[in-house]
Amino acid sequence: MAFDAECPECGASVTLADDVMAGEIVQCAECGQELEVVEGDPWTLVKAPEEEEDWGE
Amino acid sequence: MSKPRIGILLSRVRVEEKLLIQAFQRLGVTAEVFDDRQVVFELGNPPALPVDVVVERCINHSRALYALRILGDAGVPCVNDYEVALVCGNKLETTSVLRARGVPTPRCLIAFTPASALEAIDRLGYPVVLKPAVGSWGRLVAKVNDRESAETLLEHKEVLGSYHHSIFYIQEYIQKPGRDIRSFVLGDRTVAAIYRYGDHWITNTARGARAENCPVTDEIDRLSRTAARAVGGGVLAIDLLERPDGELLVNEVNYTMEFRNSVPATGIPIPDLVAEYVLDVARTGLPAQRAVAS
Repeated sequence: MAFDAECPECGASVTLADDVMAGEIVQCAECGQELEVVEGDPWTLVKAPEEEEDWGE
Repeated sequence: MSKPRIGILLSRVRVEEKLLIQAFQRLGVTAEVFDDRQVVFELGNPPALPVDVVVERCINHSRALYALRILGDAGVPCVNDYEVALVCGNKLETTSVLRARGVPTPRCLIAFTPASALEAIDRLGYPVVLKPAVGSWGRLVAKVNDRESAETLLEHKEVLGSYHHSIFYIQEYIQKPGRDIRSFVLGDRTVAAIYRYGDHWITNTARGARAENCPVTDEIDRLSRTAARAVGGGVLAIDLLERPDGELLVNEVNYTMEFRNSVPATGIPIPDLVAEYVLDVARTGLPAQRAVAS
């Protein structure tokens, strides 16, 4: 079942799907911040790492 | 044979990684996820990832490269392997290998100082494209329209850039028809292709380009597979450019390919095909290793 977690950037409530995975990247609909899902009790959100120079495909 | 143990080495669970994990699940395999921010390797010891094959999905080229070196030396087959990542993660290496194997690419000049780079740009003729050797998603790629822009850009690179930017990769600008082509090669099969349409001269979906299905013509298939073989083969995305006369050129080859926009555009289940390819590697080894053994 989907559940909510708080955006660490703007405090908005972010709904996470029931098949959400640890390490998954989601975006806050309110502020646009990319967030990483952290497994726990409860599951939480942290700001996703900033893009680095050698990132890519 | 029991079910192969599949490891996915990743940095973040993006859409592509989640689609891959789900594809393995559909094949009855639970892929074990290894976060490259947490993994520790002891060189010369049995691999830290006790699996039959590793799918490399790191977002950092440097982490991918070194992890693949270590895992490969420990005898763990990886998709893709170190040599492929070494070539494809660096545009200079890619173009050099492609040209050496007779694969058509845009003309490319390399220079090591701003002065020689300026001379090279003049020689190639304006406009040219300046690219960092390492990087993706069209970042820091510059179209240089005239000599004044070239001088300014080179000065900025010299003063502000890290040492990576002291290697000048200068590419012929191709007047493409508002789109480029990305094809997907798994082993020796071109499984799908998309057009990437955009108003900007950088037609990268990460920069807002629109993906549409591109029929895999004989020419796209032949060139894509030739390019894939040239860089060592595996699971690869080939970026193709069309000259105004229709000639196809290989621009880049991506070794940790993204495909989130390509599945809906093509209707091809790319993650499932990748998962099947990986399971095949787990069962029979990498194609190159099979070739050596046979």
